[in-house]
Amino acid sequence: MSSRDVVLGRVRRALADVPRDEGPEEAAVPRDYWTSHAERTDAQRLDLLAENLADYRALVHRCTPAQLPARIAELLSARGARSVVAPPGIPADWVPAEVERVADEPSMTPHELDALDSVVTCCAVAIAETGTIVLDAREDQGRRRISLVPDHHICVVRAPEQIVDSVPRALGRLDPARPQTWISGPSATSDIELDRVEGVHGPRTLEVIITSPEP
Amino acid sequence: MSGTYLGMPSFPRAAASSTRDMRLRGNLRHATHTIRAKRAQAVEELGDWAQLRAAGAALKNRTLRHLDHYLEQLETAVTGAGGQVHWARDAEEANRIVADLVRETGESDVVKVKSMATQETGLNEALAKAGISAYETDLAELIVQLGDDLPSHILVPAIHRNRDQIRDIFREKMGSWGRAAPKNLSDDPAELAEAARLHLREKFLNAKVGISGANFMVAETGTLVVVESEGNGRMCLTLPETLISVVGIEKIVPTWQDLEVFLQTLPRSSTAERMNPYTSTWTGTTDEDGPSAFHLVLLDNGRTDTLADTVGRQALRCIRCSACLNVCPVYERAGGHAYGSPYPGPIGAILTPQLRGMQSELDASLPYASSLCGACYEVCPVAIDIPEVLVHLRERVVEGGTATVRGQRTTIKPAKGHAAERAVMRAARWTFEHPRAMRTGQRIASRTRRLTPRRLPLPGPGRAWSDSRDIPRPAPESFRDWWRRTRGSGSAGSGREGGDAR
Ligand code: SF4
Repeated sequence: MSSRDVVLGRVRRALADVPRDEGPEEAAVPRDYWTSHAERTDAQRLDLLAENLADYRALVHRCTPAQLPARIAELLSARGARSVVAPPGIPADWVPAEVERVADEPSMTPHELDALDSVVTCCAVAIAETGTIVLDAREDQGRRRISLVPDHHICVVRAPEQIVDSVPRALGRLDPARPQTWISGPSATSDIELDRVEGVHGPRTLEVIITSPEP
Repeated sequence: MSGTYLGMPSFPRAAASSTRDMRLRGNLRHATHTIRAKRAQAVEELGDWAQLRAAGAALKNRTLRHLDHYLEQLETAVTGAGGQVHWARDAEEANRIVADLVRETGESDVVKVKSMATQETGLNEALAKAGISAYETDLAELIVQLGDDLPSHILVPAIHRNRDQIRDIFREKMGSWGRAAPKNLSDDPAELAEAARLHLREKFLNAKVGISGANFMVAETGTLVVVESEGNGRMCLTLPETLISVVGIEKIVPTWQDLEVFLQTLPRSSTAERMNPYTSTWTGTTDEDGPSAFHLVLLDNGRTDTLADTVGRQALRCIRCSACLNVCPVYERAGGHAYGSPYPGPIGAILTPQLRGMQSELDASLPYASSLCGACYEVCPVAIDIPEVLVHLRERVVEGGTATVRGQRTTIKPAKGHAAERAVMRAARWTFEHPRAMRTGQRIASRTRRLTPRRLPLPGPGRAWSDSRDIPRPAPESFRDWWRRTRGSGSAGSGREGGDAR
């Protein structure tokens, strides 16, 4: 007998107490939990996201879509970044001329990626109540590893349309078939005497730029 | 690595020595109390916590009651998404499958994400025997691995180590595993983390094979979920060419939507954060993004035996948040190692003896490693009634009965010989000798007194005596509680334990 049959056989024998005519859906699940924890206006949702991101030590910036290229240029130059990896969906004018733009190619080795200074991406959705940005590997977000290996990540969130209140509302917008990375603040560890230290493996600096028509 | 749980002494003997280690107790006390207080606050933020907890418990119950259905659904979905599914009835088989898969890649080094399932199977030791080096990449696991030590907490496995101990381990051992620590390394946490970053980065960037567990598997879509904070998980899950995930069969949630419950309750219960820094989800393989080969090893190793016990089954709801450890007065004194398994604390006391059976002295003593104070139940985000299972397993130890062992219905004899009896009595005495643990225990004994057996089922020679005597009913309120309640409100709060537990 294959191990598959052995394990499934054991499971079925172990469940002898479950009535044969009970379908999986019939085992009741109460769903009276809330889909969000407050009613908010667009502006309130944006403020809460900014507050929770900052609470987790992400650096938060706000501007209009028109100001975005200048803002990105400022952040890159403040760090002295000379090279940036950017997925194809990032507009050309988001990366300043004096910075080398490296395409997110599958052929790039992890070592090559490690040699780059920064990464610029967009996101799929951002969750205000938890201070989370979610990337799902679309054209403007790129492969999972590009937001992981470089030490400096700039992520652009478009308000109001990309910000949701809560985890339940975010899941409803996401496609499980796509690989996802949920990011809440930069990489952190509390493994040494519970002292929080930022950046063990992922980017040590996470900068989130929230763009909205009214800044 | 020689760290292994085999040959561990029984709980009370191990606990007796760890409770004398003042440094360990100090570390544990600081850590558990810090997380405990923060957690209460994080939970308070969600006005629907009680509903989320009830939904989480019910979702896991649904999964467990129809586990065969969900396992088959998961297998179909994972396979359809480009993954390969393997089934392992026990630890040995799981390790063999993993070793073979690694060998097929031609590699002899693998990077690992912290995973309790592979600790349970002793995968690292098994791989070492097969000539494969497995590198732990979680900072705490790295500390444990380099120190040739065992983890002592689910969430912060190196909670028993101080910063100066960690510096010494890094200085002495890093060089023999890869990039050495800087000579002048200090004990500043940021410097220590930086040393780990450089040491591990070299491994991540060259890794061809990654091994992980998973926090959740979605049956409907075949999606796996890993929740972490350092980014080492993301490194292992996305940089290698081959990814092997070893996951217990109980870790299923039926649908993608169901994650909305657990992604709210898990981070708040475990690290007291609104959300952990990183969560990764993947469904099979994706062209040119992440590993091109994905293997899922579904692990039984005693889980179906646990499932067969209608009282003990609820232990399989556990989402490994570790909240119960941080509120447990016994864990706080004894430390994680005393439990002799990757699962310490209250959950370990009910899960380990069910997964392994209760033949050994250690496993027979574990259901006694508790004061039955009930704080673990109060904080558990999936509402596992740990005290109920503890009492149930104690009955099993002393009275025997039918149980399923490796898939076979078996009749267990009462506490085998004198070894188990001694372990049990020693554990009981241990609790008596630790008045604070005992005090909290009495409170629940009053509240749940209908659950206390009328006769004390003493094993062995004590039986004749206990058979003819009824135990006095526990008082509705312990004397201590009565004293504290009636003595006036002024000092009532000062001596309270675990008051923030909910
Ligand atoms: S038993 Fe409950 S509280 Fe303890 S680790 Fe598991 S889920 Fe968390």
